[in-house]
Amino acid sequence: MSVAILRQGDYLIASIQVDLSDSQVLELRDDLSDRIGRFRARGLIIDVAALDVIDSFVARSLGSIAITARLRGAETVITGIEPDVAIAMVQFDLDLAPLRTALDLDEALSLLDRLTQGAGEDGA
Amino acid sequence: MEHEVRVPITSDADLVPARAEGRALAQALGFSQTDATLIATAISEIARNIVVHARSGEIVMTSIQQPHRYGLVIVASDAGPGIPQIDVALERGHTSRRSLGLGLPGARRLMDEFKVETDAAKGTTVTMTKWRARDELERLRARRRDGA
Repeated sequence: MSVAILRQGDYLIASIQVDLSDSQVLELRDDLSDRIGRFRARGLIIDVAALDVIDSFVARSLGSIAITARLRGAETVITGIEPDVAIAMVQFDLDLAPLRTALDLDEALSLLDRLTQGAGEDGA
Repeated sequence: MEHEVRVPITSDADLVPARAEGRALAQALGFSQTDATLIATAISEIARNIVVHARSGEIVMTSIQQPHRYGLVIVASDAGPGIPQIDVALERGHTSRRSLGLGLPGARRLMDEFKVETDAAKGTTVTMTKWRARDELERLRARRRDGA
């Protein structure tokens, strides 16, 4: 399996296991969008540490996953961007604003807790 | 010692081995981990350019040695229809088909040298080079020492 997707409470954690082709990145986008609806997820964490590089296509795709997830009611946090990958990413004139990032899983979880706090309290 | 690695590109799946081969060769030549990532990222962009504009082509990676420096040359060639208005395609923020316009300018910024030859009849060849920074540093030191 190229991406392991786990549920933890209201969150989905997608852990990329191997370097992905462009088609696999697009499949992941569609799969995550579908699962957010099915599991009523409020948050999504994508661990990208296994990606060999984050080039313009992958960076743009991560942005579109985050926007798609938000339209489906979930906030996204990207984790695992290696230092040299970050250096390469800034060479592209990409709008990285839609990407919320955290250094590791723990930070990503607490960031999601803050982002979804209040919004999730519907008195149920 | 000459190293040459050829990776045929026929679909987006071939970007994965192209990146891995580029990184492995860069590291074997002594490039830093960061340089190897920059090289692999640039390879990814020009390989995707082949898939999008020409469907198929080839990437050849070769080590070159000059008296005072070592480099890695990457040549991506295809026999596709060429890239119209290549100057525009190399501009910042230009978007082309499938909105991949950031690819070539991004690859150019990641490498030390970058050249595109494109022709509707002959296809497109991208040649880009990264030099080994440590050797450049040594050369600068040597030049200073020699009082040149």
